This record gives sequence, structure tokens and C-alpha cells, in this order.
Amino acid sequence: MSLAGIFLILFLLVHLTINLLVILFDDPMVYNRAAHFMGNNIVIKIFEIVLIGGLLLHVIYALILQVQNWIARPRRYSKANFSSTSFFSKFMIHTAGVILAFLVIHFSDFYFRAKFGHAAEIVSDGVVYHDFATEVIDKFKMLPFVIIYIAAFLFLGFHLIHGFQSAFKTLGIENNRYAPVIQTLSVIYTVVVVAGFTAIPLVIYFM
Amino acid sequence: MDLKLKIWRQKDSRSRGRFVNYFLREIDPDCSFLEMLDILNEQLISRNEEPVVFDHECREGICGSCSIYINGRPHGPDELTTVCQLHMRKFNHGDTIVIEPWRARSFPVIRDLMVDRSSFDTLIREGGYISVNTGTAPDANTIPVNRDDAVFAMDAAACIGCGACVAACKNASAMLFVGAKISHLASLPQGRVEARKRVQDMVAMMDALGFGNCTNTGACEVECPKGIKMANIVRLNREYLKSTL
Repeated sequence: MSLAGIFLILFLLVHLTINLLVILFDDPMVYNRAAHFMGNNIVIKIFEIVLIGGLLLHVIYALILQVQNWIARPRRYSKANFSSTSFFSKFMIHTAGVILAFLVIHFSDFYFRAKFGHAAEIVSDGVVYHDFATEVIDKFKMLPFVIIYIAAFLFLGFHLIHGFQSAFKTLGIENNRYAPVIQTLSVIYTVVVVAGFTAIPLVIYFM
Repeated sequence: MDLKLKIWRQKDSRSRGRFVNYFLREIDPDCSFLEMLDILNEQLISRNEEPVVFDHECREGICGSCSIYINGRPHGPDELTTVCQLHMRKFNHGDTIVIEPWRARSFPVIRDLMVDRSSFDTLIREGGYISVNTGTAPDANTIPVNRDDAVFAMDAAACIGCGACVAACKNASAMLFVGAKISHLASLPQGRVEARKRVQDMVAMMDALGFGNCTNTGACEVECPKGIKMANIVRLNREYLKSTL
């Protein structure tokens, strides 16, 4: 659970770096070439299987743990949850549900279309690329997409702010010396990921 | 002060149980929560009604018997206190106080507010002790122990086994209780001898007894009357991984 989580945390940084190419470069082909490279590289293709495995592992473990946790308290308190603990840690399964729903939309919009060839194409230097850059820009000119996208990443942020440091606790790594470092990293990482991903639709929409 | 009490009444472990409202008048703000319940019980007995059953023993805050969930928090609204050390001045005149037993599959209700916490004893039996010969008291002084380790072990040993961690945890996990015992003994040279077996056995028993899993929410640390830290859970995880590898 924690290892798969850390793996997904690292993957998000790679994904963010590539996504940011859309707004960092005026030439949409920079992003298209990056997406093309990611889709046609044997190392990345193997990594893709590992990634889906990691995601499935994270989800399956989460479901098993959650069911066990519900069973562990068959009768609930009539007045509960008044302990002053970190707010988002109490709603991990709920934020996970929102993220999963977003992933379904995300996969049907981009991943499956890239795999099964319904995406728009563009030819550059004799090579055919999927024109994802234009697609992304077209989508983010529409307000509902911008709102759904930003909302999903806020929920991802709520998930990460607890998940990041919780993974280190589960792995037994956090001790008195590392705890402040891990807590700080957890906040910095979450802010970077959420700000980075949400900047893309905002920049496209308002430019 | 006048109070309305909403107390969980349950005849035995098989009965369904329900909340019953009671009204108390002119309670001294300086009496303890348990003394307030004593007053209620005296009134109930004088009216020929069944008194409310609750666990209590030392009434000095060190035995861990008084396990009551008050207004959504184990041991009530005060920090670092057991119910016997909680005073009515922490409440206001006219308050409604909701009083429930610990709720967890591993802590079945025996009657009213009294729960069966023998699952904690079962956990300790799985290795929460040292069975190698550690010599006599003077021998202990010949073994050098790092001061930080000694302090950490001593803090972990402060656990009174009240079960507030399980009661507070949204998953009814016993990780703080087991973590305190594991890291208390793993921090000291005498405890290291059996550290691997201890952590494996206690974790396996914890799962077998039906406690939930830790999601590092930290409610246990906030509600522990003895201030046992989450660092003990991290230590437990470290010891468990080390013993598995």
C-alpha cells in the first residue's frame, strides 16, 4: 500500500513535467513529441504495465484495508470523530473515490484514445503524431472541463497531504530526526503537484 | 450545575442496547466524572432502578479501568486525563453529555459502559514481556543504556492499557497499544533478544483478534491519557519490516 503509494507519488512528478510542456512552450509540437516518446518507447511501455500494476495494487489494498476497518467497528458511535486529528486523514477513501472517478474520465479521454487510435493526428517531419496539444487546449477553453479538472486535483491534494507522510510512517522510516523533513516535503510536494496541474487549465483558459 | 445525561444502557453482550436520558440537579463542578456517575447511581438505586455499570478501580488515573466515551472522545474533553481525573468543571450548566462504551469488535460490551478488554491481555501474552534471564536488580545497572533510548522506553512504558487508542481510532486499531509495548522493549538491550519473535507474534495476534488497520490518522495519540506518541507506531512498523526481511 505505502510502497505503491510512493511509486504513484513519483510518477505524478513525471506526468506533471510532461504536462507543463503545453503551457511552457508556444509550439504545441513540443508536447506532442513528448507524448509520442512516452507512447512509443519500449522502456516506458514496460513501465506502463508496472504503473497500472502499482495503481491496481494501491486500490485493491485500500479496499481490503477499508473493509477490514469497517468490520473492526460493527457498531458506530452516536457521537464520533471529535478528536482533533488531521482532517484529511479521516477521508482518504472518499478522496480516493473522487480521484478514481476522475481517472475513469481521464483514461477514456486520453489514454484509450491514444491506444486505440481515435485521437486527432498531425504530421511533422514525416512522422505522424497524435495532436494532444490541440485537444488539451480545446478542452481547457471550456469552463466545465476546467472546473472538473481543478476540483479533481484539489481532491488529489487532500489525498496526498496525508498519504505522502503516512507512507513513510507505515514503512517505519519516520523518526524524530526525519519527521520534520518528511512533514515539510509532504507539504511542498502537494503544493507543487496541485499548483502545477491546476496551472495548466487556468493558463489555457485565461490566455 | 444541572445536566442531561444520555447514557448507553445494554443488559448484556447479546442484548441490543439503547440510549436512556437522565437528569441530574445541583452537581458540584469540582466532583469528578465518576463521582457524578456515583451520584446518579445512588439516585437510581433509591428509585429501585438498575444502576449504570461502568469500570473503575484506582481513581488516581493510573489503572486504565475507567473506559468511557464522552461527547465523541475517549475519556472526555480534557487532554491527558482518564475519566476519573476528569472534573465536572470542564462542562457547563445545562449541558447534554453523551456517554457511550468503547466501541470495537475486539472490545465487546459486557454491560452498559463496561467492555471486555481481555483482548489486550491476549496481545500481551503473545510476547509483551521479557522471558530471558535478566539477572537481579543490580545487574540492570551494569548494562549500559543510551539515555535517549531509556527515555523513549520509559515514555512508551507509561501505557496503562485503557484502550482509548482503539476507542478513538476510526479503524479500531490497536497499533498504539502494541507499538508502545514493542518499542518499549525493543529500545532496551534486554528486550532486543526476543524482538523479532515478539513483533511477529503480537502483530499476527492483533490481526487475529479483529482489530482494524492503522491509517496514521493520529486520533490515538491525541486521546491517549498517558501521551504515548505515534513514533511508537513508526517504531513498530520498522521492527516488523526488519523482522520480516
